Amino acid sequence: MMDDFFVRAMVAGIGVAIIAGPLGCFIVWRRMAYFGETIAHSALLGVSFGLLLDTHTGLTVFATAAAIALFLLLLQRSSRHSSDALLGILSHATLALGLVMIGFMTWIRVDLIGYLFGDILAVSTGDIAIIYGGGAAVLAVLVAIWRPLLAETASFDLAEVEGLRPHLARLIFMLMIAAVIAIAMKIVGILLITALLVIPAVTARRFAASPEMMAVAAALIGIAAVAGGMGASLRLDTPAGPSIVTAAFLLFLLSQWPGLKRPGSRM
Amino acid sequence: MGIYRGKWLIRNVDLHINRGEIVTLIGPNGSGKSTCVKAVLGLMGLDEGSVTRARRVRIGYVPQNLKFDDSLPLSVRRLMSLTARHDRASIEAALKEVGIGGLIDKPVQTLSGGEFQRALLARAILRRPDLLVLDEPVQGVDFSGELELYRLIREIRDRLGCGILLVSHDLHIVMAETDRVVCLSTHVCCSGTPVAVADNPEYRRLFGARATEVLAIYRHHHDHNHNAHGDILPLPPEGSHKDEDHRHDG
Repeated sequence: MMDDFFVRAMVAGIGVAIIAGPLGCFIVWRRMAYFGETIAHSALLGVSFGLLLDTHTGLTVFATAAAIALFLLLLQRSSRHSSDALLGILSHATLALGLVMIGFMTWIRVDLIGYLFGDILAVSTGDIAIIYGGGAAVLAVLVAIWRPLLAETASFDLAEVEGLRPHLARLIFMLMIAAVIAIAMKIVGILLITALLVIPAVTARRFAASPEMMAVAAALIGIAAVAGGMGASLRLDTPAGPSIVTAAFLLFLLSQWPGLKRPGSRM
Repeated sequence: MGIYRGKWLIRNVDLHINRGEIVTLIGPNGSGKSTCVKAVLGLMGLDEGSVTRARRVRIGYVPQNLKFDDSLPLSVRRLMSLTARHDRASIEAALKEVGIGGLIDKPVQTLSGGEFQRALLARAILRRPDLLVLDEPVQGVDFSGELELYRLIREIRDRLGCGILLVSHDLHIVMAETDRVVCLSTHVCCSGTPVAVADNPEYRRLFGARATEVLAIYRHHHDHNHNAHGDILPLPPEGSHKDEDHRHDG
């Protein structure tokens, strides 16, 4: 019963979970869930560019997501509007703009549901190569900038005074988020990517006594969510992407069970 | 030096900090204390004047309002190596130095206000700084805790021989532990020894009725604390290479 497509989907999903866990921790620590959501939504705009230019959508999604992330950084620094309002505007504007542009392209048929909610069962070996190759690169960069990024997350001024170049760390982090969204889009889709970043990280908090431990735990919990969700989807014939997110959510609920130990908490 | 952001946040501020000297910035809210500190640290660009640091001066910094999100699992030990790796022995020594040796494995979010500020101090002195910059280091600390913290800061100065730039909301508690006071109100309204500043009419005008209590409290402390007396006098810095020079145009 282990069909090829299912094995490929599982391998791809696990790869994405391993990248999303540690990066998701930073999103949670920095309270950037909505920011991640906005960048993810802008991926649909990237998809429409890809279709328009007839190139690999992964590239245009990365470019668009990176551009929107940098644009947001600039706006937050100079704008009079709150960043919450800015995110509210850009998150939906980019999604709507992407949909409108795809609507104009009457000459191509687009599997919109696949982009929005993921199409993990259609993963090819080429996709797996991109996930693991890109994922390894992202994780290597993350390890390299771990200390500056963590220091910048705690206090930008402190990191700056002590010569850790927090501007650079922050910029690289934004590009990594864009890369992960481009990589993970096919697995859970644009609308559910943030869930894969945020839910395993928050679930891992309870079991972690250090930032590093939390990053590893988040990756493991993400893997469990992928395995559980895929298994359930096969058995119950439910859509794979949403099943993975549901499994992650159930793990989160389970982790909140009173009596489980949570180091580093007053609870 | 001067910093302009739509209006002058600080202007005509001239400040020197020598090795082994505690300089305290005081002033009401919005007087530019933190701006001044950020200028010294190079965190804010200047629109007038300049900041001159001694070559290869190492700075230890305790920022204002530092908080760690509950979602971040961070023990005191891990906090110590947030910006640079340190071995276990020196971390333990630094924590012992600030009097919280027993809290090494505690999550930082569970520390009391005073313990947290001590942990931040330990982190800063682990760098063996030449200059320690402390922006309101007694936030969230009760009155007796404040006195103890200021005493600890002076001990650190004595032990490390570093210069200390301290920001405080008012004068009366820091008086016994500081060498020189600079009273800010966008510009330097007065500066000098704690006693001289407390006697200064400009200072009294700025702080109003509260200022008059200062001398009384100070002299009370002074009566009971003769040892501290020598420390409040401005000592000529010996062999000091470090020189913070802030000039302004016009």
